[in-house]
Amino acid sequence: MPEVTYTIGGAAGQGVESSGAGLAKAHVRAGYHVFAAQDYESRIRGGHNFYQLRASDEPVRAHARQHSILIALDDVSVPQHVPEMRAGGAVIYDTGRDDVDAGAIADAGARAVPAPLIEIATTVGNDKVMANTVALSIASALTNFDFDAVAQIIRENFSRKGEAAVEENLAVARAGYEWGAERVDGFPHRLPPPPAGNGAGPSMLIHGNQAVALGAIAAGCKAVSGYPMTPWSTILEELTGARDLGIVVQQTEDEIAAIAFALGASWGGVRALTGSSGGGFALMVEHLSLAGMNEVPVVIVEVQRGGPATGLATRTEQPDLHFAMHAGHGEFPMIVTALKDAVDGFYRTARCFNLAEQYQCPVILLSDLFTSNSLVSVPTSALDLETVAAEIDRGKTLTYDAIEELAEPYGRYAFSEDGVSPRAVPGHPNALVHGMSDEHDEFGGITEEATNRIAMMRKRMRKLEGAHTQMEPPTVYGPAEAPVSLVAWGGTWGVLTEVVDRSEGRFNLIHYTDLQPFPAGGAEPLERAKALVAVEQNFTGQLARHLRAQTGIEIPNRILKYDGRHMTPGWVMEQLEEIA
Amino acid sequence: MTTVTPAPSSVTLNDYKPLFTEENTWCAGCGDFGILAALQQALVRLEIAPHRVMVVSGIGCGSKLPDYIRCNGWQTLHGRALPVAQGFRLVQHQMTVLAVTGDGDGLGEGGNHWLHAMRRNVNLTHLVENNQTYGLTKGQTSPTSDPGYISSTTPEGNVEFAINPISVALAAGATFVARGFSGSVKPLRDLIAMAIEHPGYAIIDILQPCVTWNRVEYTYKWFKQRVYDLAEEHDPTDRTEAFRRSLEWGDRIPLGLFYREERDTLDAQTTAIQMEPERPVALRELSVSRERFEALKTKLT
Repeated sequence: MPEVTYTIGGAAGQGVESSGAGLAKAHVRAGYHVFAAQDYESRIRGGHNFYQLRASDEPVRAHARQHSILIALDDVSVPQHVPEMRAGGAVIYDTGRDDVDAGAIADAGARAVPAPLIEIATTVGNDKVMANTVALSIASALTNFDFDAVAQIIRENFSRKGEAAVEENLAVARAGYEWGAERVDGFPHRLPPPPAGNGAGPSMLIHGNQAVALGAIAAGCKAVSGYPMTPWSTILEELTGARDLGIVVQQTEDEIAAIAFALGASWGGVRALTGSSGGGFALMVEHLSLAGMNEVPVVIVEVQRGGPATGLATRTEQPDLHFAMHAGHGEFPMIVTALKDAVDGFYRTARCFNLAEQYQCPVILLSDLFTSNSLVSVPTSALDLETVAAEIDRGKTLTYDAIEELAEPYGRYAFSEDGVSPRAVPGHPNALVHGMSDEHDEFGGITEEATNRIAMMRKRMRKLEGAHTQMEPPTVYGPAEAPVSLVAWGGTWGVLTEVVDRSEGRFNLIHYTDLQPFPAGGAEPLERAKALVAVEQNFTGQLARHLRAQTGIEIPNRILKYDGRHMTPGWVMEQLEEIA
Repeated sequence: MTTVTPAPSSVTLNDYKPLFTEENTWCAGCGDFGILAALQQALVRLEIAPHRVMVVSGIGCGSKLPDYIRCNGWQTLHGRALPVAQGFRLVQHQMTVLAVTGDGDGLGEGGNHWLHAMRRNVNLTHLVENNQTYGLTKGQTSPTSDPGYISSTTPEGNVEFAINPISVALAAGATFVARGFSGSVKPLRDLIAMAIEHPGYAIIDILQPCVTWNRVEYTYKWFKQRVYDLAEEHDPTDRTEAFRRSLEWGDRIPLGLFYREERDTLDAQTTAIQMEPERPVALRELSVSRERFEALKTKLT
């Protein structure tokens, strides 16, 4: 498929992200499919960041570490990214730079495009800050991206600053575009015309964390508490922006308080969410056990990053699968599921709230840094409020209308066949809601009596039997008879489905989302496969180990990446060639 | 969903007796009995029906209190009663919310939560059952134990300075700061009633003898010889004077209200609550406005 990848490299503070985001938005508006993400360091100024934007006339679900255009705003960009250039790709940099080795660019098979970025910015316009706009416009001319789409985003971004600012930026952009258009000759990476609209309506550019936040909103979440930590924070921020939808949002003193707030709110009768990344999640663990013991529904989003300790704060990994599944002292039911991409994250988040209330237990949603901040173009209609609203299921939650009808004295932990007890919203005279975190009887009172203990343990753990039936078996993507099956989980879905698509029938993908309780039918695709290769972003092959424990099937071949950089389809293909 | 059922016109002590008699595991003579009695009497005096009360406790002897009173209650984790209670309060802002903690529980393990609850001014009442020792785990040193306190973990005597809950509360921005004594139930009852009626975070540091682990000092007799009522000689709107009084300990120990001010509560500043203040967040429909939801998506186009 014809596609173009733009990469903008620069120091923090040089406008890498804003330039990239503007260009990405312009491509989405023009009708292209886009996948974009920022690679950044844990610092506010300096360092080397880059923004990568892949555009095509077909859906894109991953990054290619191959640049059609490199806009080099700092001196790191050229040495770091030129070896990754596609043949004939253009490296755009200011003519005033004396650090750029044009020979090295030519040696890499790319084209050096020294351009008067600052000159145009300061002669056509009045400020060298517009040099980025010049560079983006030159890039757009080279790739055949329509100038009108560039102009539309400029109008939008600068309208707040007044008509004069809009006109000045437009003039600079036009000059850059014209300069670029004169140098298109022979440039191989040209965009096809945008695909015709498929009737799905306008598209948005959305990252995984925004999708999770929208999923929570759609599901009727009314209490959110958290402490900032990369890469979870944007969920907290997105939901803070939705306070006027009646959502209580509280930044707490630490992650311990974050989950405690959520449990308190849930006890009060609402749907509650908290979250963090690995380190903050570690602080929450004691409360998972409390939620398990007192049967309190709660959704915890764990957006993984490179660990251990502070680890790689701004880089991706899947290191917390085992930690999440086994978090908490004592034995209690807990559900663990992992999202595969933004759209899935929207619906999966909403489903987590249903599961939490149906089984009155903690539900952990695993995401990862890569999925959390990668932007993907998605039709707005793909995140459908009505679908989520129609599926809302609060299980045995008793609202006041239902409590009004209660005949028996109410006991929060009444024994039942499925282990789930009616959960009353407190405040009504017919149902005092009483629970102790010590072992307790049906009315919540402390007792150490052995018969009751056995019955209560069985009651709580029995809930897993119901949850088990709702767990999704792995998805098999690609030809059933492929000679090699990749085995993976969570946010590597996009990369690996692209690998399968490119492999001409050599590979398929067995992809897990629901991990605990282990889904019925979870072993079957493994048993059917001809050869298995686990592909994970961690050191120890945590899914492979989980699958061995659950199914007895050993997956000796593993492709494991733990350098903090996300996989690309090309990298996975190379690794597979080595194994095969 | 229907809203709140009106409280009955009269509430009696009987309403607060546990419906299903749990065996009380407190030692005979434990200070917790006085605290429980004072709380029950205060709630009756205020005519608050049990179903409109939520008591959240931590872990420790005193944190078993929810089992011994008939109302909504949750014994949570050591140190965590305050954040749980705050989360509850924000979605059930018409209910009376109490957090009941010990000294090790609320001021040690939960010390960080305590500081931030005071800054936030969440509308709840925090009862600190302060017996200056770890009772349930057999007498180890607590954050409020005096220097020199000898215990199994401090055999040569505690070397750490004791937390003064009153001074810390005043410094951290608590809007209602009081001290009670479990041996004087009626004044404690009155303090608890005042605290419940106070709009904002109210703390009562309750001096409470541990009859098992502290038989030498800090006995009922020791306290009774020293406590005096602040009311007659102190202006509780004077924060500086409250600090000065908070440092008083030894021959004379002040009881009563040290400080009170009115400051906006977190309830009053929480958008979701104020959108519909007459209906708690927990009693609202889950559904979301389609128009607002679509607007959130449109922002991303």
